Amino acid sequence: MTFTIQIENGTEVRNAEADSQRTLYPYVTGTSVVAIKYKDGVLMASDMGGSYGSTLRYKNIERMKAIGKHSLLGASGEISDFQEILRYLDELTLNDNMWDDGNSLGPKEVHNYLTRVMYNRRNKFNPLWNTLVLGGVKNGEKYLGMVSMIGVSFEDNHVATGFGNHLARPILRDEWREDLGFEEGVKLLEKCMRVLLYRDRSAINKLQIAKMTEEGVTVSEPYSLKTFWEFKAFTNPTVGAEGSW
Amino acid sequence: MFRNQYDTDVTTWSPTGRLFQVEYAMEAVKQGSAAIGLRSRSHVVLACVNKAQSELSSHQRKIFKVDDHIGVAIAGLTADGRVLSRYMRSESINHSFTYESPLSVGRLVVRLADKAQVCTQRSWKRPYGVGLLVGGLDESGAHLYYNCPSGNYFEYQAFAIGSRSQAAKTYLERRYESFQESSREDLIKDAIMAIRETLQGETLKSSLCTVSVLGVEEPFHFLDQESIQKVIDTFEKVPEEEEDAGEGEAEPEAAPVAAGTGEQGGSGDQDVAPMEM
Repeated sequence: MTFTIQIENGTEVRNAEADSQRTLYPYVTGTSVVAIKYKDGVLMASDMGGSYGSTLRYKNIERMKAIGKHSLLGASGEISDFQEILRYLDELTLNDNMWDDGNSLGPKEVHNYLTRVMYNRRNKFNPLWNTLVLGGVKNGEKYLGMVSMIGVSFEDNHVATGFGNHLARPILRDEWREDLGFEEGVKLLEKCMRVLLYRDRSAINKLQIAKMTEEGVTVSEPYSLKTFWEFKAFTNPTVGAEGSW
Repeated sequence: MFRNQYDTDVTTWSPTGRLFQVEYAMEAVKQGSAAIGLRSRSHVVLACVNKAQSELSSHQRKIFKVDDHIGVAIAGLTADGRVLSRYMRSESINHSFTYESPLSVGRLVVRLADKAQVCTQRSWKRPYGVGLLVGGLDESGAHLYYNCPSGNYFEYQAFAIGSRSQAAKTYLERRYESFQESSREDLIKDAIMAIRETLQGETLKSSLCTVSVLGVEEPFHFLDQESIQKVIDTFEKVPEEEEDAGEGEAEPEAAPVAAGTGEQGGSGDQDVAPMEM
């Protein structure tokens, strides 16, 4: 698309350079986010890695952030676009607070706002390269939803992004229940994250778990999962195929 | 004394610090036919008097639905009121689209007030000549606001605007302390009784008033003539001849209506300013 036209309001002149202003591929990416509803609210887990292609370059990226009093946003995909989204939401929550009138944005409103933003960017062929997970509790109602980079949006009892879709969701489909307690919920999420750690090459062993309840939103300190690499098949992997590596 | 020198346009102050054009706009509100609003903890009722221009015409619509959870009653220049109702509907639906959530009444009212204020500070505009009673429900409860042409807005437990609204306000002042805990039915009854005060002598009939309700689990809607008449019958003593036929049923309206509009036509012309048409 290298044609040249001047749009009437003067803000856009389309030419070859304009292509570099659109997102064509992501650079620094975060991997899966997994989230579930549980008895008292919503739990979300993600690791702290930012990959630069195949290099695990950044190991201290917080991919989950609290939004207002009631919601939490987790993102996979391009980290700079996630930061841009956080700026949009910052402005949104600021304006919401400035009204100072006892009303506040709940997770449902934030989710729908983000859906509009993602879909509009997709329509302009300049997407925010993220899959977002939005969870929260307001007035006793638990909310968990997801928006993709093309604006596909839905709510569910458990969601996962990226590799999590393939590795974590089958586990959740089997083992998720409405009345999971906090410890059970964390154990379930850790089970999913462990599988992802073993099998997703962009995953690192440093994760955070966030809890959303009526009282508020908290993100845990980073910690790592115990892993086991002493499976017999790993000790002498080439025993069945001499000469291989 | 200086009124006539400083009242030509809205951007001229008088020496005593008044904007006469804005005050004249508020006069226009007082000339319109009455509109009344009351609220309880869970419901808001908006009611108005149906003023028809002549016997031949139908009455003007003065209450508008803005959304399932917000309604507005107007008094003054009805045309200005329609335009502002359209703005309110637009704001409400845009908010619903972006956030999938109803717009809270307080925020809508502030936007409306800011819109009105703009017209008090541009030399090429004039203030909106309409007062709006905005009633609605949001997560912080039921609310009733009054928006002035000046750009001010106030929250009320109950209020009345338009011609002969003082009589209604007196009635409401006597009883407003009970409104917060009122039941829906009592609130409606109080609204209709307040309307009766503004009629000052004319017999109260369901054809003379429009009543609308909204509340928790009850989206904004108008009450039909039958329901209104039923409420009227609970407190209005049945007057002699023609009313007997009309009692309890909306149908045999022919006789009462002829008498009613005859009265209306006479008093209507004197009280209602030409611009309300």
